Amino acid sequence: MLELRSKKHLMDNTTKSSTKIKKKKLYSKYFRENLEYMLMVAPGFILTFIFSYIPMFGIIVAFKNIDYKKGIFGSPWVGFENFKFLFQFPDVKIIVRNTIGYNLVFIVLGIIVPVTFAIILNQIRNKLASKFYQTVMFLPYFLSWIIVSYIVYAFLAFDLGLVNRTILAPLGIQPIEWYGKPEYWPFIIVFLHMWKTTGYSSVVYLAAITGIDHELYEAAAIDGATKRQQTFYITIPSISTIIIIMLILAIGKILSADFGLFFNVPLEQGRLLPVTNVIDTFVFRALRINGDIAMSSAAGLLKSVIGFFLVMVTNKIVKRYDDSKALY
Amino acid sequence: MKDTKTTSKFNQISSVTNAIYHLIFMVVTICCLYPVLLVIGISFTEEDSLKTFGYSVIPKVVSFESYTYVLRNAATILKAYKVTIFVTIVGTMLSVAGTALYAYAISRKEFRYRKFFTFFKFFTMLFSGGLVPWYLVCTRLLRINDTIWALILPPLISAWNVIIMKTFFATTVPDSIVESARIDGASEFTTFIRIVCPISLPGLATIGLFVTLSYWNDYWTPLMLTSKPNLANIQLYLYNILKNIQMLQDTTNVISQQASGEAIKRLPQEGARMAICVLAIGPIIFAYPFFQKYFIQGLTIGAVKG
Repeated sequence: MLELRSKKHLMDNTTKSSTKIKKKKLYSKYFRENLEYMLMVAPGFILTFIFSYIPMFGIIVAFKNIDYKKGIFGSPWVGFENFKFLFQFPDVKIIVRNTIGYNLVFIVLGIIVPVTFAIILNQIRNKLASKFYQTVMFLPYFLSWIIVSYIVYAFLAFDLGLVNRTILAPLGIQPIEWYGKPEYWPFIIVFLHMWKTTGYSSVVYLAAITGIDHELYEAAAIDGATKRQQTFYITIPSISTIIIIMLILAIGKILSADFGLFFNVPLEQGRLLPVTNVIDTFVFRALRINGDIAMSSAAGLLKSVIGFFLVMVTNKIVKRYDDSKALY
Repeated sequence: MKDTKTTSKFNQISSVTNAIYHLIFMVVTICCLYPVLLVIGISFTEEDSLKTFGYSVIPKVVSFESYTYVLRNAATILKAYKVTIFVTIVGTMLSVAGTALYAYAISRKEFRYRKFFTFFKFFTMLFSGGLVPWYLVCTRLLRINDTIWALILPPLISAWNVIIMKTFFATTVPDSIVESARIDGASEFTTFIRIVCPISLPGLATIGLFVTLSYWNDYWTPLMLTSKPNLANIQLYLYNILKNIQMLQDTTNVISQQASGEAIKRLPQEGARMAICVLAIGPIIFAYPFFQKYFIQGLTIGAVKG
């Protein structure tokens, strides 16, 4: 992909020099054009500035003791007091463990499963069936986490739930109080994450696979390469760029979490918190339920800074090994 | 795709492997399809038979009482539905327009500051100020909380969509067309609306779909920024019902146990809840198969680096 891009750049440069004379003639229009382009980016620029950049400067609230009466600028500076306060909070270790732990599992499975599925979908002989599977796999992606919460509740409710009632009862197993048993939830959460995202990622990888030149496979087949060898020596290396880009982006989000999955699906049950509390739900609870700006802003800032740092480092490492596969 | 036929003798997998693959995807299909069918099934099942026989996809006793319940409570549900539809339509139109304009400008090589504006947007994907400053900007600076704009404006221009759209313009709009329009004296805006937009319809449709979906399914923004019940969209309405279920589940909490008797009375019954879910899933899910082509196309464009 990058090769293509650099080729295009070369072409751009050559055309640029040849059209240089033409451009000089149009110089009076040059300024007007740029003005028009500026007007085009204006709405997006303003909104991005307000909703993304002002909050970036707003990270100073993490170092302040916010008093609404005095305003953000009038509130006194407290240095790293908020962070100290945050780390004294007893659950912090568990929260960080949960966030990173789940994300690591998500990253590993989120590459292995969709790539495998994409390879299989590409090899299935019946193309119509392959299309059908893609469509169906995409379905969960369209459901909001609220709807998913209702579905999960239909499965796991104590008295009427499908699992207790229809599956466990005929087997003579006592009904399980799912919403009170933290030991099951890591599996439920990982399953739901995969259930919701696999279709989407599989299609991304499948699109990359269908873009691979068929002659490569033909040549390999003539040389006697087995199907498995073709997969490992042609398919996977060919889509490694997109895999690595997805990986870098995922690593940058290692401290984030799908809010709905961790907050709504477990029905905010206190007993499940040891396995469902992650940084995002913690920040939300601190801000919206306890109104604790100090702790939530400190946690939010740490999350952003570490996430940013991780993207930079991963990108650097990738760049060192293979420049063309880096994100930027 | 045509190529696969001629080369298939090289690429053919054995029948056994093929069968195993199909088997795997049968299971996946059931996993993805069954829950949705279950919701629909429950919504058409009579309430008493739900209690005696449990849930199943095919109703033991078919009944439309869930939907008549929805109709009886139409006022609140309809209000939520209206909020969702209004926000989705207005939000999608504004978002597609804003995203396309931004993306088109930064895709043009003549635009002198395109690098700056590209980075300006891209950087927001790498770093954010976090939830609290964002919340303070919305509530203290703009004071848009508890207004309809709180649901529309914050997610309006997504960096990811801008980059998808930029790549789309850069790869599908031929320079010669834009150049000739310019020589004919058309302004950039005229060129964009008259020439670029018509040939970029597939790209616009793709991000339109992404945006529609995210507005339709958004409960997080209203949860953060609104507290007025008349601004609750259908997702938030469902969330509020879920809150009551949650209290029933939390048997450790004494106060909630006392309150739960009250909550049960106010709670729509199982079937009715699922009927509201069906209404909330409805439009998106039924439209999806028709738009799948665009969706996949969008993902493919997104996969190319911007």
